[in-house]
Amino acid sequence: MADATLQHNAAAAHGVAGEYEAPLFGAYSKKVGMWLFLASDSLTFGALLFAFSYNRIYTAWPTPFGKDSIINATVMTACLLSSSLTMVLGVFAAQRGDRAWTRLWLLATMIFGSLFLVLHAKEWTHLIHEGLTLPGFPKSIEHGAGDYAKISAGVPQFAATFFGLTAMHMLHVTIGVIYLGVVAFRKWFLPVLGIIWLAGFFLIPPDNVFHYLINVLLIGLIVVSVILFLKPKDYDAHDVEVSGLYWHFVDLVWMFIFPLVYLMSTKV
Amino acid sequence: MHDVAKHDDSKGQYFWVWGALLVLTGVEVWLGYRQVFEPVRMLEVLLVLSVIKSALIIAYFMHLKFETALMRWMLVISVFGLFVIMYFFFFPDAGRILRLGVK
Repeated sequence: MADATLQHNAAAAHGVAGEYEAPLFGAYSKKVGMWLFLASDSLTFGALLFAFSYNRIYTAWPTPFGKDSIINATVMTACLLSSSLTMVLGVFAAQRGDRAWTRLWLLATMIFGSLFLVLHAKEWTHLIHEGLTLPGFPKSIEHGAGDYAKISAGVPQFAATFFGLTAMHMLHVTIGVIYLGVVAFRKWFLPVLGIIWLAGFFLIPPDNVFHYLINVLLIGLIVVSVILFLKPKDYDAHDVEVSGLYWHFVDLVWMFIFPLVYLMSTKV
Repeated sequence: MHDVAKHDDSKGQYFWVWGALLVLTGVEVWLGYRQVFEPVRMLEVLLVLSVIKSALIIAYFMHLKFETALMRWMLVISVFGLFVIMYFFFFPDAGRILRLGVK
């Protein structure tokens, strides 16, 4: 990243026309654009986390998460942290022009991200089956009537803020995985995305909320297809670095969601 | 940018940061699961740890440490300032409700 900045500065200093516009804040414009997007997106999550904290202050907040949930969330956190490391290694590989290793590191990042999503989906499904639910969710046959059902009825803010915050984060992780897939594999990623969507749609039963949420992949497939059709290009080290910024941001947000949502609601 | 060549050459530091993040997560989980502090103090401690972790991610993984001072300060001041404004919007009312005992 900084290499690119250096090269650009050197080009500018010698009056050579560069690939990018004149550097703003010492960085190329794509990177500044991503930073500004992330700054605005941090306010989205900031507002959600503030709203969560606000609710938590004035409500007798339940603390239902037991050992299994905490272990699951801890493994999810480790996955995201490890994905950030593989992403950094991918950026370095891209900067030295090693395409094979760039793809491998990006693939490793995507695998960690996908593992995070699968574990999160498993957690959601478990909680919904136990009775933690929202009015719009499909009714599960095995719908529980235990502590979580009482929480949904007595403190609806708990389910609303839990599902709202984590769904927003899951959406970001999903977009991140698709983004990295496109940067790493370009149009070759599209059939893979299509197959994952089809498999998810037909294999996940209709009484599971992910039967509907999996359609995010279809929307992603359409959007990415249009982008690749309108602007087919070979993504370079700058693109890998910018996608890395997005990915690290997703990791960063989880560093606040995990303690606030999970650890502060641990069953004593 | 000045330090770029130097920092790019030392990948080891990213493994250290990754290790530190995992250790801090372990500390958070231990504190949260063992309920070492009462809730308000626990919230403060967990938030401090989260801020440290996010600072490590931003500085090293997102490489903001190696950007120009102008870029660093523009981002940090603007985002921090907006969070402070958000805080003043939300929390006086939450505190009022708390004092009034509304549940």
